[in-house]
Amino acid sequence: MMGGTLRRIAPQLIILGVVILLNFIVFPGFFSIEFQNGRLFGNIIDVLNRGAPVALLATGMTLVIATKGIDLSVGAVMAIAGAVAASVVTAGGGWFLALLAALAAGLACGSWNGILVAVFRVQPIVATLVLMVAGRGIGQLITEGKIMTFNDPGLIHLGAGTILGLPTPVYIWVIMGGLITYVVRRTALGMLIESIGINETSSRLAGINSRVLLVAVYLVTGFCAALAGVVVAADIKGADANNAGLWMELDAILAVVIGGNSLLGGRFSIIASLLGALIIQSVNSVILLSGMPPEFNLVIKALLIIVILFIQSPAVQHAIYLFRASTPPHAPNENGAKNNQTAKESLS
Amino acid sequence: MSTTPEPVLQATGVSKFFPGAIALDDVSLSLYPGEVHALLGENGAGKSTLIKCLTGAYKRDAGTILLDGKEIDPRDPQGSLALGIGTVYQEVNLLSNMTVAENLFLGWQPMRHGMINNREMVKRSKEVLSGFGLDIDPSQLLSSYSIAIQQVVAIARAVELAGKVLILDEPTASLDREEIDLLFSVVRKLTERGLAVVFITHFLDQVFEISDRATILRNGRIVGTRELANATQTEIVTMMLGRQLEEAKKERGKAVIGETILELKNYGRRGTIEPFDMILHKGEVIGLAGLLGSGRSETAGVIFGSTPADQGTATLNGEAIKIDSPRSSIHLGFGLCPEDRKTDGIVGDLSVRENIILSLQARRGWTRPISRAKAEKIAEDYVKKLDIRLASLDMPIRLLSGGNQQKALLARWLATEPDILILDEPTRGIDVGAHAEIIELIQTLREQGMALIVASSELEELITYSSRIVVLRDRRQVKELQGDEISIGAIVRSIAEEGGAQL
Ligand SMILES: Nc1ncnc2c1ncn2[C@@H]1O[C@H](COP(=O)(O)OP(=O)(O)OP(=O)(O)O)[C@@H](O)[C@H]1O
Ligand SMILES: [Mg+2]
Repeated sequence: MMGGTLRRIAPQLIILGVVILLNFIVFPGFFSIEFQNGRLFGNIIDVLNRGAPVALLATGMTLVIATKGIDLSVGAVMAIAGAVAASVVTAGGGWFLALLAALAAGLACGSWNGILVAVFRVQPIVATLVLMVAGRGIGQLITEGKIMTFNDPGLIHLGAGTILGLPTPVYIWVIMGGLITYVVRRTALGMLIESIGINETSSRLAGINSRVLLVAVYLVTGFCAALAGVVVAADIKGADANNAGLWMELDAILAVVIGGNSLLGGRFSIIASLLGALIIQSVNSVILLSGMPPEFNLVIKALLIIVILFIQSPAVQHAIYLFRASTPPHAPNENGAKNNQTAKESLS
Repeated sequence: MSTTPEPVLQATGVSKFFPGAIALDDVSLSLYPGEVHALLGENGAGKSTLIKCLTGAYKRDAGTILLDGKEIDPRDPQGSLALGIGTVYQEVNLLSNMTVAENLFLGWQPMRHGMINNREMVKRSKEVLSGFGLDIDPSQLLSSYSIAIQQVVAIARAVELAGKVLILDEPTASLDREEIDLLFSVVRKLTERGLAVVFITHFLDQVFEISDRATILRNGRIVGTRELANATQTEIVTMMLGRQLEEAKKERGKAVIGETILELKNYGRRGTIEPFDMILHKGEVIGLAGLLGSGRSETAGVIFGSTPADQGTATLNGEAIKIDSPRSSIHLGFGLCPEDRKTDGIVGDLSVRENIILSLQARRGWTRPISRAKAEKIAEDYVKKLDIRLASLDMPIRLLSGGNQQKALLARWLATEPDILILDEPTRGIDVGAHAEIIELIQTLREQGMALIVASSELEELITYSSRIVVLRDRRQVKELQGDEISIGAIVRSIAEEGGAQL
């Protein structure tokens, strides 16, 4: 089983390796790590830390996409969660209550999406678009249109603090990703989610409760998005409902796609999506370290991502496969010869 | 049918390898103009694979194909279509979210001022379909019609496009006698025009009825080609199986009928099936007979809860029950093996193992996963019991041959050990050998005390195992036959009583 997982994530590992190599080429000090004031500093640490929001979003998004759905509202949910957390601490509620309130808000958003999709059968892209558009408005209502700053050390710790020298957000996304992977693969949830993503009618007729499962995956994305929202707000010590998590839903979807998960649903790998999130963050890092003018950032990012997706496209994969398997393993020689002959003839 | 010396299509030395399986090994096939050529073999013998290699749906690993003496190498089904080879694949590949007319004319739509001329397309669709005895509205979505109609649409499309060769992979599996007759008359017209027709089926009667020659495949190899005028069914079956077929128990086993398990009163669903009464006992098989669209599958769906009843009452073992979803009925010990295995049955990308344990797992709930080892054991048991041919339990079920998918679905439901098992066309796409085994299996299950409801269009099969037969017409139960009343003649009479077969 381990071997299977490794084979599954091999492309993502290779791409990550290449992008990290690019980082090293443009900035030879990329791997150096320093220890100062009880905290590790270094570009690698930065990638792991800055990648936290997208990694968190990608964890939930993987499950939604596995059911053939999509959640466009996660960026807006981040804004709502940040706003809720900020307003609770500024009202003197303490960091833990603020976190709980933010997560509850995320779950509420998730259940809204989930019910639209599972019960009212609204197409996921449309259903979640509602909250994507309305969410920032809700966030602004909570913060009363301002950037709501706070200085509660407990809450700030979640975004900017360290534990044993490593930034807290790294723990948050690793634990969250690991936990959900564990739950999904140790129970039958993973298979059941894949089943409804592949063929919902068959799954329902086989007795799978697709409604409950659908609501559940949107709850998970809402929860993950809220966590990401808290991390981002804590990092900048304030809730900015206008900008928090802006366009981040797209990065999350991209992470899932780079992770080799099909947007058509079915088989999924959370670990591969997490690697996808790290790849995106490493690409950001290359652009930053190469000192290119920031105007180029988005263009270069787009180019790199096109290359990554191109390499993963079925056509190219097939070409690589053909290149490697130029002699069919089972074919007796005589058939192989015939085969070559046909190939030549059809070429001429 | 005189066989002219020049074959229209000649395939030589075709081989196809899959990981863990040699699907075709040095297969050759010649088709002559004006002949109907049957392609026969067990489930998994390689019939569909051969077709796909000929049309370019699969890339063959070896072999040459000549069309009218010239070598061809179609890259994809479109390529072979352009060459005049029209094909209906076993899994009908139409676009269910497009209209019937669009499906018929996809790729060659009538144009007007650079736009698709929709009115013309609908009009011509009507003409084409009426040639198949189908009077439906072609501007409706394909998905709004039954699988049988979809099958006819696929056939009509292939027939319209086939200039030289028409290939039909199990076209009659979901058709009634009446549509089959229409199909055969179309086929005869085509062969008179000099087309060659390849016909794949597991119905030997139909083979002898329409075909001139038959080529038999076994385990990916050619066993032989026979002129059917001087061959017998037994001979052909022996070639297919590599052994003699033991006759299935023909006598209707005297059922030992136990106590009542399920009682339905005035049970029905508006717009789907008229209310009916039914009493089902342990150890008995109720057969559902009727034409396509008569309400066989609808009855099954209402009992199972996939389209829940909206009137009437149900009692299970004397207790009132309410069935509002497949989930609720599965928990009560029901199972339904559906008619349309592709859309309602298999979960294509999941492995055979996962597909077999799917319902069992769904019933246990997500918190109690079936361990890998246990799943493997269950799946292996049924693979052996039902003789499912596969390369590995881990292969996606969509890669199995049609008949083997059907057996795997049967395994899924047997694995839940239901008290009441509803089977909708259980032998669809199953080969002659396995056919007899499944009939025997149904009888064994019944003897073990299971209660079964079986819908089938194969009356001969139905009367073998049913202790009672319910005849349906126009979504209504019109007759119940018991004991000595049961005969094919009696069923056919009650089906036809008011004439007017409707799709
Ligand atoms: N893409 C694939 N990958 C691996 N194995 C395959 C693939 N397609 C077919 N096979 C295997 O090739 C064999 C031949 O399958 P094929 O579908 O041609 O059988 P068939 O004669 O049409 O049977 P049936 O009567 O059940 O339709 C089967 O054992 C099947 O599992
Ligand atoms: Mg087949």
